[in-house]
Amino acid sequence: MWAKASTWWTYFRVSLEERMVYRGDFIIGVMMRFLPFATQVFMYWAIFETLQANEQPEGRLTGEIGGFTFYDLIAYLLLVTVTRAFSSMPGLTSGISNSVRNGEVKKYLIQPIDMVGFMLIQRVAHKLVYYVMAFLPFAFWFYLFRDCFTNGIPGVEIFAVYLLSLVLSFLLGFFLETCMGLIAFWYLEVTSLTFIYMLFNFFLSGHMFPLTWLPGEFEWAVQALPFQYLAYFPAAVFLGKITGAALYWGIVVQIAWVFFFFLLSRLLWHRGVKRYSGFGG
Amino acid sequence: MSIIELNDLCKTYKVYQKKEGLRQSVAGLFRREYRDVNAVRGVNLKVEEGEFVAFLGPNGAGKTTTLKLLSGVINPTSGEAKVMGFVPWKRDNDYRRQFALVMGQKNQLWWDLPAQESFRLHQHIYQIPANQFQKTQDELTELLDVKRLLNQPVRELSLGERMKMELIAALLHSPRVLFLDEPTIGLDVVAQHNIQQFLKYYQQERKITILLTSHYMQDIEALCERVVIIAAGTIQYDGSLRGILNRFSNVKRVTFQLAEGQSFEALDRFAPIEELQEPKVQFRVPRSDVPKLLSGMLDAKRVVDVTVEDPPLEEIIAELFTQAAKNQKDSSPEWLGGN
Repeated sequence: MWAKASTWWTYFRVSLEERMVYRGDFIIGVMMRFLPFATQVFMYWAIFETLQANEQPEGRLTGEIGGFTFYDLIAYLLLVTVTRAFSSMPGLTSGISNSVRNGEVKKYLIQPIDMVGFMLIQRVAHKLVYYVMAFLPFAFWFYLFRDCFTNGIPGVEIFAVYLLSLVLSFLLGFFLETCMGLIAFWYLEVTSLTFIYMLFNFFLSGHMFPLTWLPGEFEWAVQALPFQYLAYFPAAVFLGKITGAALYWGIVVQIAWVFFFFLLSRLLWHRGVKRYSGFGG
Repeated sequence: MSIIELNDLCKTYKVYQKKEGLRQSVAGLFRREYRDVNAVRGVNLKVEEGEFVAFLGPNGAGKTTTLKLLSGVINPTSGEAKVMGFVPWKRDNDYRRQFALVMGQKNQLWWDLPAQESFRLHQHIYQIPANQFQKTQDELTELLDVKRLLNQPVRELSLGERMKMELIAALLHSPRVLFLDEPTIGLDVVAQHNIQQFLKYYQQERKITILLTSHYMQDIEALCERVVIIAAGTIQYDGSLRGILNRFSNVKRVTFQLAEGQSFEALDRFAPIEELQEPKVQFRVPRSDVPKLLSGMLDAKRVVDVTVEDPPLEEIIAELFTQAAKNQKDSSPEWLGGN
């Protein structure tokens, strides 16, 4: 056990070092993350201005869309950007599928190590470096839009649940995308699958607009699929939109999804390796 | 018990057959035809501890497939194999800690980091005690003369230096069995020589068992007492390198250098001429005809110098490969496989 922990720790350290090799690319990557957010702010500003053009030409924007004022919306989008910083996994699916296609996956068969475990550690390392780098830009945006958080910062209990759901969204994103990458054992090319996933994610995770805006007919899809836990759920928890029993039920469902994709990734890995070793190599 | 034992090992791949042309590509979307490729067909082999064995064979002969089977990356279609008592494709951690595979074209080191970091990671992965790790690393880096490169990112190393680092990474945990798949591919003569020298020394010192595949005869001549020739998925020959000559070649090359003023006409009455470049003439004759040729020529011509030699090994082996391929083709149209 101790030996394993020290292996993971070393792998973690090496991953940190690797992440810091290409500084320029990394810093630009951190900055670009805020571009969609900035675009959305301007877009909704224009929309809300049109909404009330006839009423008050100056001062605060007062209109509402689906229960969200302009300021609610900014707060929501900023929080969603935070969740996405946890749940999105750039390059994970394609990384796994490439290593299957070009045979790099052999390394994990020859050495006494577990691929998915190592990738998780690597991802944690990459994320940590990212949070350190992105802390200041995030602080800047939160400061700039501090007035948008009309309810202030949530109490200890809600905040604790919020943090938990952020960590869970990271794990969910990781295992979900790992599963997609492992499909490469069956279909070498998974780009189109990634595209479909992105499409669903776009509409059903809530990272473009609050999920409450979706027409009622989509409610079941939101509830039945894991996407809302990748963006909407933690943000809604922070904003106090989900309370009481629904809050804890939500966390339970999120945990269940994490478990589901964790188990699925184990299954896909074992079946995939079997197939790989039986088929080609 | 032998350290490596293969019994009737077979591996058949299914390969998607894409036919030429757009129409066929569209058809391939709906219905795919697969073809069986018998990459390894019934290989029997025993290797004793401390042997250095070379696998020789043309591309697609099944060498790499055999190494992949032995390192547990792929499962066989049928047959058995045991390495150090383990079944490789069960991928037991105890097995994986005792062997190493180095593929000349694949990189196991972290590309953007110094090799030192990869080595340290290996130390933990293979649970090598700190003092032993340091000692082994010092020894290997000194032998391969790469100590000063330890802290340079791997991507900045030359191909030869990178190969040395790969070898070190593979040997840090002191494996008992080492599989080398074309370790000198693409290297210049000097780098190739360095690696050969190192492997030779290390193998003799540590008495580890090495299985090596290579296309370079020099590699094999320099390193291995025992050569296993694989072609068309089966073993064609197993023995010493010199033994190949005795078994597969019964011709000799006899070269005469004639004195000045000697006529070079009608020399082919003695034997078929291989090459004529005055003042030298080379014949190719069956071994048993050598004495007759020698006495005939010496009687007829004033000879300054004579050499009798075997044809180059490459030539014999190339012939062997062609023959094996032909035999296989006769029995089945699909003999090529693997990579």
